[in-house]
Amino acid sequence: MISIQNEDFSLGDEYAAIRRRAGDAGAIVTFTGLVREVYGDGSTAGAVQSLTLEHYPGMTEKCLKDIQHKAEQRWPLLATRIIHRVGELTSCDQIVLVATASAHRHAAFESAQFIMDYLKSEAPFWKKQKSEQGSSWIKSRDTDKAALDRWQKP
Amino acid sequence: MLSIQYFASIRETLDRNVEQLELPRNVTSVQMLIDHLLIANPHFEAVFKESSRSKGSKVLVAVNQTIVGRNHPLSENDEVAFFPPMTGG
Repeated sequence: MISIQNEDFSLGDEYAAIRRRAGDAGAIVTFTGLVREVYGDGSTAGAVQSLTLEHYPGMTEKCLKDIQHKAEQRWPLLATRIIHRVGELTSCDQIVLVATASAHRHAAFESAQFIMDYLKSEAPFWKKQKSEQGSSWIKSRDTDKAALDRWQKP
Repeated sequence: MLSIQYFASIRETLDRNVEQLELPRNVTSVQMLIDHLLIANPHFEAVFKESSRSKGSKVLVAVNQTIVGRNHPLSENDEVAFFPPMTGG
């Protein structure tokens, strides 16, 4: 299940929902991404006042479905949940939720990380930060690409 | 009509988010479209020149919501989008 939304989400509610959907899962992993205080390469030091998330409606949903499908092909998952927020967020706000349920922990842990790694590099979201120094678009990081490459090794 | 969308820093540089374009007959690939846009609108130079200069600010292209290479063919009614590398999550 995939949602792109402005509204915040409740981790407790989402956990209860995936637990219901997953039937006899032996493991549920949830990951929550939050707005950090400082972003970037150091050139934009200063506390972040707000973060604006832009996305490409249509392609975003298509990409996330595709990532979810790839994860389901690779691990025996009983349920998955992805929520990504868009619009204006502030420090410590929740941005993203990934939850995976499986019979065993390894599949749940690995698939959650796989979904996040793909989401960061392949789903069309862009962050713009606003601090006292002004606004700037956050640059993509090589470490995110490296995280993705790890899953593509034979 | 070709629909072209722009996102994030590219949208801001060009000061537009979407435009419609009658696909010229001699434009049959993504690279040809970029060349065409560079001639039609001088602001595009800032977008595409920047990409060759600094790492991390390159321009990605999607056709019909799938990321493609510069040699990808184009046809009438395609949905094209230009955007920087993604930074979600």
